[in-house]
Amino acid sequence: MKMLLKRYKYFLVLLVINIVVYCLYPTVGQKSAEITWSNTVEMLSVIPPIFILLGLLDVWVQRETMIKLMGEKSGILGILIAFFLGSAAAGPLYAAFPIAGVLLQKGSKFSNVLIFIGAWSTTKIPMLLFEASSMGWKFMMTRFVIDIPGIMLIAYITAKILNEKEKQYIYDQAGNVA
Amino acid sequence: MFTILMYIAAFGFLVLSFIKDKKKTYMALKKAWKSFENILPQFLAILVIIGIMLAVLSPEVISGLIGEKSGWLGMLMASLVGSVTLIPGFVAFPLASALLKNGAGFMQIAVFISTLMMVGIVTIPLEIKYFGRKAALLRNSLAFAFSFIVAIAIGVVLR
Repeated sequence: MKMLLKRYKYFLVLLVINIVVYCLYPTVGQKSAEITWSNTVEMLSVIPPIFILLGLLDVWVQRETMIKLMGEKSGILGILIAFFLGSAAAGPLYAAFPIAGVLLQKGSKFSNVLIFIGAWSTTKIPMLLFEASSMGWKFMMTRFVIDIPGIMLIAYITAKILNEKEKQYIYDQAGNVA
Repeated sequence: MFTILMYIAAFGFLVLSFIKDKKKTYMALKKAWKSFENILPQFLAILVIIGIMLAVLSPEVISGLIGEKSGWLGMLMASLVGSVTLIPGFVAFPLASALLKNGAGFMQIAVFISTLMMVGIVTIPLEIKYFGRKAALLRNSLAFAFSFIVAIAIGVVLR
């Protein structure tokens, strides 16, 4: 029970804040409760398949296979898979982190996992279609074309700046949280 | 629509997995639940923060912040709003297109959308949990800077 309270302390503190806001500014508090609720419902509807796929990936895909596909020596194939995995997904960015954790744990190259995160954040296919319909094709295509090298650049610079020890720590950590 | 496809994919693979190996399938489901339960506290916290934030930063307030201001100050404002807020794309794009009609520039909108998608101040604690402090901060700062490059490109193409 005490463990549970400790794990959920931030959530509980925020909940209390929301209640205080509700008492002081009822309209804002009510609106925020409504938004939280609808987001929770949305999250609960989007997330189950993501985590089921994550579980299946973990059990069925061997570490060796993953290293071959997305590991240190995977080259262009690893980059393409990273882009594809990220772009084919649906769901908010924060749902991508646990998957990134499994990818790391299975021996994917660090920059490839960052490319996966980048693709998930900006080049998701359903989002691109929606962007084109509300902002126009020119807007969407310009952003898309420049986002691809941008995502790779961000991934490589981040991977380059981290030293081996820091990277090793992240890989070890991925084994613990995922 | 895409969510349905994800369900079909997940369900299909699950059935396939079950036919091939029951035990492994149970393990996969257990793993799925464990990973989910592991980050549930952060998920819930993020959801409440988003709720409070969107209640305060309503589309009207966001319009006021980045709607009519132009130039670099407007872009900076748009990037800051984009970095801290976490709006799903299905809300963000109609909002962006409405902002455009109300006089916001393409560059401000581009930087807003780009930071909105790539930079997540609210989700940084979660990102740190998986990537460590340094990598998470680096990725977000680089994405922030990159959003301005995107904006300039949009400004050049869509002038």
